Amino acid sequence: MFGNLDFDVIRRSLPYLFLDGMSFTLMLTGLSALGGLIFGTLIALMRLSSYKLLGRIAGLYVDFMRSLPLVLVIFWFYFLVPYIGQWLTGASRPIRVGAFTSSLVTFIMFEAAYFSEIMRAGIQSISKGQPAAASALGLTYSQSMRYIVLPQAFRNMLPVLLTQTIVLFQDTSLVYVLSIPDFLGAASKVAQRDGRLVEMYLFAALVYFVISCLASYGVRRLQARIAIVR
Amino acid sequence: MIEISHVNKWYGPSFQVLKDCTTSVAKGEVVVVCGPSGSGKSTLIKCVNALEPFQEGQIILDGIKVNDPKTDLPKLRARVGMVFQHFELFPHLRIIENLCLAQEKVLGRSHDEAVAKGDKLLERVGMKAHANKYPAELSGGQQQRVAIARALAMDPIAMLFDEPTSALDPEMISEVLDVMVDLAHEGMTMMVVTHEMGFASKVANRVIFMDKGEIVEDAQKTDFFGSPRSERAQKFLSKILSH
Repeated sequence: MFGNLDFDVIRRSLPYLFLDGMSFTLMLTGLSALGGLIFGTLIALMRLSSYKLLGRIAGLYVDFMRSLPLVLVIFWFYFLVPYIGQWLTGASRPIRVGAFTSSLVTFIMFEAAYFSEIMRAGIQSISKGQPAAASALGLTYSQSMRYIVLPQAFRNMLPVLLTQTIVLFQDTSLVYVLSIPDFLGAASKVAQRDGRLVEMYLFAALVYFVISCLASYGVRRLQARIAIVR
Repeated sequence: MIEISHVNKWYGPSFQVLKDCTTSVAKGEVVVVCGPSGSGKSTLIKCVNALEPFQEGQIILDGIKVNDPKTDLPKLRARVGMVFQHFELFPHLRIIENLCLAQEKVLGRSHDEAVAKGDKLLERVGMKAHANKYPAELSGGQQQRVAIARALAMDPIAMLFDEPTSALDPEMISEVLDVMVDLAHEGMTMMVVTHEMGFASKVANRVIFMDKGEIVEDAQKTDFFGSPRSERAQKFLSKILSH
């Protein structure tokens, strides 16, 4: 049955697939994870803050984001952001937002909701005595968070954060709905152009599988190393 | 140095942990606070540097009112050292970094200055050889000595000890008490929550006995051990001194 398959199409399209597609996917994954971690940490701090209102707002945000399918949020942002931008800046026409910027903002906001829950668990895993000791030494709340609590929370949660990033790496393929040539989008374009759907989708699956597996293996190794240090 | 007057504290609407507590610690004085568990002694000592809030009364520390909303608490806390039951060293930092962090971030000392001070204090508590280790690599007694050095690095005007030996194995208690005795002999103002009556009889000036959130007895050491006035203190002493 594989007689009429042409796997050479993969070789021919490799530069496009990886230099354009995969580099986009990796860049989107990396920047989204970084942005998501920063905003997620801020949201976690809001949720744990003693100001009830801040906690409420952060909680609503997280629930909201987690109750929506990611594809919908991607669509929503792509078509809405230009109008929101217009409204904010008071421009006469919808502002132009590139597909990359739009999807990056979407992923950062979406991942922030998930990362915030991880960081919240991480912060809560630090015993109350640690911030108490920091305060007793005269550190302010923000110093105690920055130098004592967050570094420990981040370290404890690193394996979970990285696992979530692997999920994110796979989820970035959803930007294909905006016809953005990420890795899957690029593979799909070649597939349709050359009529080689089976070959290209098989290859795409294999690449996602290998990268995710290797990354998971790396996370497990890291987890074992962290466990020893502690 | 520390003036505690009529402090009342409640957890929730009905449970009163501190009942009209009034006492003081003069400069250079060593005061031991003892009493059965749950008597509020740890809570009281944590009120002194405002780690625990309280609803009524006032505490004045070196002339500054602790429970005044206008008081710059981090600045005030930086001037009193505190040692915790569970050490609370920062596990992600090396021993020397544990000593340097607050010196640099709070007192604004340079890194070299902080390290020099840290080294000196580690030497003093006999921990200089372990400066580059992480807290988890040390025994409980060693960690507590580091914790004392960390507090001393801030050049505190007084030291608060919250059951510093309660979490230690018996053979490690004396190494920590030795450091504390030295400190007392040097004239440090100390408020110590402890069950170590040997320590109390050796260096304390006064002993405070608490029960059910009240200061039941506040007496000179010799009076306290000689003839405690209250029945509850007599009972407590007979229990912990009988073996």
